[in-house]
Amino acid sequence: MSEFIENQISPYFNFWIYVILMMIGLWAVIAKRNLIKKLIGLSIFQTAIILFYVSIGVKEGATIPILDHHGPAHHEETEEKADHGKPAPGHVAQNGAHHEHGETHDDPHHGGKHHAIDPDTMANPLPHVLMLTAIVVGVSTLGVALAISQMIYKEFGTLEEDEILEKLKTEPLHD
Amino acid sequence: MIDQLPAIIVLAPLIGAMITGLAGPGDHRVCFPVVLCSLSIALVAAIAAAVQVFTTGTIDYFVGGWEEPLGIGIHLRIDALNAFLLVVIGIVALLVSFFSFRRVGDRNTEKTPHFYVLFQLLCLGVFGITIAGDAFNLFVLVEVSSLTSYALIAMGSSRRGSHAAFNYLLMGTTGASFYLLGVGYLYLKTGTLNMQGIHEVLANNTTVAQSPAVTIAFIFILVGIWIKMAFFPLYGWLPNAYSYAPSSSACLLAPLMTKVSVYVMIRAMLGVFGAEWVFVHLGWSRLVVLLAVVAILAGSLLALQQREIKKMLCYLIVAEVGYMVGGAWLADENHWGLTGALYHILADAMMTLCLFVAAGIFSKRLGATRIDQLEGFFRHTPLTAAGFTVGALAMIGVPPTCGFFSKFYLIRGGIESGHWEFVIALLLSSIVNAILFFRIFEIGFFGKSPPEGHGQHSSFPAPKSELAHATGTTLLPLVVSAILVVLLGVFNGQVVSLIRIAFENLPAVTSGLP
Amino acid sequence: MENETVTSLLPLWACLSSLLAIPAIAVFGREPALRELSTFVAGFTKLACVLLMLPVILDGKTIELTLADGVAGVNVPIAFRVDGLGMLFALVASSLWILTSLYAIGYMRGLKEHGQTRFFAFFALSLSATLGVAFSANLLTLYLFYEMLSLSTWPLVTHHQDREARGGGRTYLTHLLGTSIGFAIPAILFTYVKSGGDLSFAGDAILSETDLGFWPGVFLLMAFAFGFSKAGLMPFHSWLPGAMVAPTPVSALLHAVAVVKVGVFCVIRVVVDVFGVDLLAKIGSAIVLSWVAAFTVVVSSLIAMSQDNLKRRLAFSTIGQLSYIVLGVSLLSSHAVSGSMMHIAMHAFGKITLFFCAGAIFVACGKKYISQLDGLGRRMPFTFGAFAIGAMSVTGLPPTGGLLSKFYLVWGAAEAHEFALLGVYLVSSVLNGVYFFPIVYRAFFLSPDPSVEPGSGIREAPLACVLPLTVTAAGSVLLFFFPGLLLELAALMSGG
Repeated sequence: MSEFIENQISPYFNFWIYVILMMIGLWAVIAKRNLIKKLIGLSIFQTAIILFYVSIGVKEGATIPILDHHGPAHHEETEEKADHGKPAPGHVAQNGAHHEHGETHDDPHHGGKHHAIDPDTMANPLPHVLMLTAIVVGVSTLGVALAISQMIYKEFGTLEEDEILEKLKTEPLHD
Repeated sequence: MIDQLPAIIVLAPLIGAMITGLAGPGDHRVCFPVVLCSLSIALVAAIAAAVQVFTTGTIDYFVGGWEEPLGIGIHLRIDALNAFLLVVIGIVALLVSFFSFRRVGDRNTEKTPHFYVLFQLLCLGVFGITIAGDAFNLFVLVEVSSLTSYALIAMGSSRRGSHAAFNYLLMGTTGASFYLLGVGYLYLKTGTLNMQGIHEVLANNTTVAQSPAVTIAFIFILVGIWIKMAFFPLYGWLPNAYSYAPSSSACLLAPLMTKVSVYVMIRAMLGVFGAEWVFVHLGWSRLVVLLAVVAILAGSLLALQQREIKKMLCYLIVAEVGYMVGGAWLADENHWGLTGALYHILADAMMTLCLFVAAGIFSKRLGATRIDQLEGFFRHTPLTAAGFTVGALAMIGVPPTCGFFSKFYLIRGGIESGHWEFVIALLLSSIVNAILFFRIFEIGFFGKSPPEGHGQHSSFPAPKSELAHATGTTLLPLVVSAILVVLLGVFNGQVVSLIRIAFENLPAVTSGLP
Repeated sequence: MENETVTSLLPLWACLSSLLAIPAIAVFGREPALRELSTFVAGFTKLACVLLMLPVILDGKTIELTLADGVAGVNVPIAFRVDGLGMLFALVASSLWILTSLYAIGYMRGLKEHGQTRFFAFFALSLSATLGVAFSANLLTLYLFYEMLSLSTWPLVTHHQDREARGGGRTYLTHLLGTSIGFAIPAILFTYVKSGGDLSFAGDAILSETDLGFWPGVFLLMAFAFGFSKAGLMPFHSWLPGAMVAPTPVSALLHAVAVVKVGVFCVIRVVVDVFGVDLLAKIGSAIVLSWVAAFTVVVSSLIAMSQDNLKRRLAFSTIGQLSYIVLGVSLLSSHAVSGSMMHIAMHAFGKITLFFCAGAIFVACGKKYISQLDGLGRRMPFTFGAFAIGAMSVTGLPPTGGLLSKFYLVWGAAEAHEFALLGVYLVSSVLNGVYFFPIVYRAFFLSPDPSVEPGSGIREAPLACVLPLTVTAAGSVLLFFFPGLLLELAALMSGG
């Protein structure tokens, strides 16, 4: 049993967490009758996915991907940039692929001098960037959903799904 | 300018939306011309892009010139697979904007600018989905179009509309989230989000391609897209959402949303994972075609039971989605299944537009939302009835409408790949559609209970509104879409040969059936 | 048998002339005179185009024209090809359309029918479809026009828009569409696959090079024969009596001439140009078709005898006569095939006369049932005289054209050594007489029903009705004396 935990769970704990969260969220969406609770479940569901993305971008001992200006110029950057285009599938570990990014444009403030870039020390900013977008999308969805819920409340006087269905049954189909 | 075509297609509705949002609330009359302008520009750009694609080749465009790995690489790509779809989207959007002109104005002028802002944002979303070249931005645009569609559906005065929109929201967001999850797994394994990039990795690196993570990714993406396209059994949101939406919204959503999702599925299958991976490694052809057969039969039979016009059309959409999914998964050697599915995307968009516009006119002019209220519509609204007839004939599959040819290609694909159950389902669905629509024709021609005896001509009850008010703007989309339904069929040879350019480099994979 | 081919737009014009008349008909809906004029202009144009093509065909050449590429990846275009058989059918259909239009005017106005614009518009459309079938160059084109005809005749069949019409329309459409989709399409698909992608009627018969066995041949042949159910083979014949709810001009042209003849035309095409007479003779599958047709002939004649509704009796008579043609073609001998082609024309003239008379009787005195017709012959001598001639032609008595075609059919049966089937022809001729001549007898030799207004003198239907029926009756007689053209056209197909 402890072997199971050691081999299957702890190296992959982030996956387990997000799966559990996702299931909780999904269950809430389906099983709960209150519309707001459904929305909360949806939020949980989306959050789990966001968590997943962020977790795969984690790198041990990495620093933030911002250039340090006080270093010798490094002209091979531009060639490195060409190499960075190809992802490195060989390095796939469970914590994510190393998608190499480098700061490559000349920054006039620093007179073209840049520190040598070692991508291994930088945290991967891409998942974070993407998840910012996803969070925004999630928030907008929540906003629209709440607006619709408000409409529903105004029209039906209740936010419970079963009561709404009752009221709909007795109604003519179209205005 | 020519180089910027992809951006223009996407930006025109966006800028239009912003202008409408800013200037609209001040003066409502600004809205429609702005919409007209932005959609026309988008359409012209789409046509120009299509011409360019078929003369010079694929257009690859990176927004802001930021290619990978410099930026995230927002990649817009127009190739043989989506060139026609862009044009069709443009045409549908433009026609529906005409249709919506008087109607939204009649109802509630306060909401006019809001409606048109959402309208254009939806167009932006749908154009974007079609043109996206990387997986993540596809997600973003899917959500843009979904959010606007939820709002468009809830906007109507029908109580059921808001509830239907809410359910749609729940299911749709779940679907999009599944898609996002799948993309996450793919990113995990391949290190890139660009569709072509992922494809290359999967094609060249067999360890990655065979890993279970990629399979899981595919499943999540597939299920997410299936929810979006209302593939059986995930179709529950569609009938209510499109029936209770205001007519203008339904006319915009019904032809576009599900079809574009089918396109996304095909793009994912061919452009991301690759035909070999999907058909040989995964080998689900049989299963999915079986599901598609069930979708077709279920959709058709459920449509048969409906008493309301729009609900019936919605279930027919479910069946049509079954056609397309089945066709795409047939895995026949000469790719006729895929050809049929792609052609059917175009054809179905036109047919659905035609029928929904007709249904909208019936509900407004005749006050008819149920089938039995359509008594005598051949006499009361002859032009609308004629347009409806064209759409109906296309659904049944009568030549020379496009419906016949798409069924032909799909059947051909089915025969060549050995999926006889698919062929039979298609033919059965034709028969069911024929019964459905001829029932409507009969009611229109004879009335609900025609008089006994020879020569007693029934007099139909007078319609609720005068025929005189059927304006040009509502009839124009109907007439144009009916004409296009026929033209698309007549010129199917040219269209199909252009579409098949997309399959030139596809390996001839088979599903393994005799 | 390689013929020289000529390319010409004439077949397209012939087909389109009525299609182009439709907008004119619609526009002139409020001006009956102009509307009717459009129909006539279209009709004469159509006939003229057909006649212009005649010399070329008689010369032994064929006219071809490709319209469109059809479907991508399938090497079957939408194309026209005019040969002897097509020419024969086109002549019959286009000439009779002009007469029927005249008759329809009289009938519809006489009864003050509603929806005349719609009527004439769909009539024109149906004629386009008919000529399309006549000129089809391959199975795909044939099928497309066949279906177009089914759909364009539905509004005509259901013209009265009452409950009867609805039921009749339903039977009509479900039978025709059900059989064509259920039988004809699979048959066409099978032929396409078996022949390696060839569906064209030109050159050798499509399947002539294949190794079709007896039973596959039977199934395929019967699939075609039942699929093209406009030919009226039992048990898929019910659409025809069902379609009798239509106004009589519709019944006359479409169901005595155009629609049903399209059916047998397709069957002839299948036998001659899909299977080929030689292949069928070799594998012997046609015998099944012969017996189905024979069965239909006998049973329909028996049913006809039991019908009191005049139009229904005529409908069942038509079913029988159609199977004459099918039977003839299935005998495969050259005289039988010639006979069936001639019978297309002879039966057309005879039957249309009979239907015209039935309609004229209804317009003049509102009578539909045979039991009501006693003594009417004296009031309507022209009508019943023509009826008598028509009956004689259908039965096969001299001096009407029907005798000639039956003669060839019987000769062909003898040629093929099918004496049982020969007997079927003779017996059914007797039965024809049995169900026709009592009508003539009652009309002329019995005293009229007391319910009929006592009034002496001739009270015919309007002239517009009587004139066409006299012309077609005369035509039946003329065809007896001058069958040359028909014989030539038939010889082009079967002898060659």
